[in-house]
Amino acid sequence: MDFLIQRLPLYLDGAWVTIQLTIGGSALAFVLAMVFGIMGTIRHWLPRAVATVYVEVFRGIAALVLMFWMAFALPQLTGYQLDDRFAAIIALGLNVGAYGAEVVRSSINAVPKEQVEATVALNFSWFQRLRLVVLPQAWAQMLPTFGNLVIELMKATAVAYLIGVADLTAVAQQMRQATGETVIAFIGAFILYYLIAQVLILGMRLLERRANRKLGRIPPGGTGLLALLRPPAVNTKAGVA
Amino acid sequence: MFWDFQWTFEVLPDLLRGLGVTIQVTVVGYLIALILGLLIAMARRVPVFGAVLHAVMEFIRTTPLIIQLVFVFLLAPSTVSGLTVGIIVIGVHYSAYTAEVYRSGIEGVAKGQWEAARALSLPGRRTWGAIVLPQAIRKVIPALGNYLIAMFKDTPLLLAIGVTELLTEAQRVGSASFRIVEAYTAVGLLFLLVSVPSAILIRRLERRYAAV
Repeated sequence: MDFLIQRLPLYLDGAWVTIQLTIGGSALAFVLAMVFGIMGTIRHWLPRAVATVYVEVFRGIAALVLMFWMAFALPQLTGYQLDDRFAAIIALGLNVGAYGAEVVRSSINAVPKEQVEATVALNFSWFQRLRLVVLPQAWAQMLPTFGNLVIELMKATAVAYLIGVADLTAVAQQMRQATGETVIAFIGAFILYYLIAQVLILGMRLLERRANRKLGRIPPGGTGLLALLRPPAVNTKAGVA
Repeated sequence: MFWDFQWTFEVLPDLLRGLGVTIQVTVVGYLIALILGLLIAMARRVPVFGAVLHAVMEFIRTTPLIIQLVFVFLLAPSTVSGLTVGIIVIGVHYSAYTAEVYRSGIEGVAKGQWEAARALSLPGRRTWGAIVLPQAIRKVIPALGNYLIAMFKDTPLLLAIGVTELLTEAQRVGSASFRIVEAYTAVGLLFLLVSVPSAILIRRLERRYAAV
């Protein structure tokens, strides 16, 4: 125990880098998912084709391969070296954004048709329809899957140590090499990863409740603070392929 | 010409050998995940033991695969190869996911089916084997298929424990001749070559077995 308490600042530094990668990657993934997801619902074939190509390409390539490409191939190709953290964020964002785009697209398509017809009857513009009617309803549907994707992204940040980012996994490796205590060095990292994931899960559940309340729905699992601790009905890695 | 086609074709056999290892890990790891996941999903219905098992699987599912791989690899006796460690760790990690998929399938089986099996006083093995599982598994086939692709895309992580899969091969041949762009781009293309057709296949499965 002393071992971990003494070295806690080092672990927290690593965890902070992991959190930065998670936030940066999620922000990029969110923007990409929204843009390409909405493009996937437009009637004209061109934006739909662009969205499909983006989704299939970046969903089909492993995040680590993308990361290696950004960190090692891109400098040779362009002569410009990205900061390793930045390369990791871009690779993670592109990869998870492709999964997210599919979620956005299918959630928008799942909004009842009458809702869209009503906006047509009211002479809404395309943008008004999206912002005032379609997205608020699709949003509540997207959130549970987004929650899973954020957890997946957080876990995927751990591979960034292979391109030289000093994240939590890198700290665990350093501690092991410095002290030879494999088990304790890694358990420290495992616990921090677990805690980060739990905070993310709780945060996403709060967002879900808010989205449902705004639509006048009762959040799944019921109201009250205790309902937050109850696991959702199905908690699987959705939207994978 | 910045892209050297001749070199790319020269190293293609090396890369394909790496792809072979990648596929081997995926197939064997997936079998582990399918079987272990089912056992876990069934064991979770046992009162106290099930809750403990759930907590353990939750821990495995919320911590990164790569650090699990490195951890087990470092602790494993040196006679066990990185390939074996990789297959087992990937299989166990994904069984945490497949267990949840099976669970949703099992919970989707109507209560009356359980009651009917009980009324006929069928033994537990027959209740599971002849009544519950055939209904539960059919519904979750597409969801399980998704994890096959997800797992395939996680195999490059075996690079961290020295298994010569696709990405490791690319790293080796690429750095030996400073042709990093070709090596890593080729890996990306090979990944697409496998995962896009499998995604299409899964979508067909989905249509056939209808969504859960």
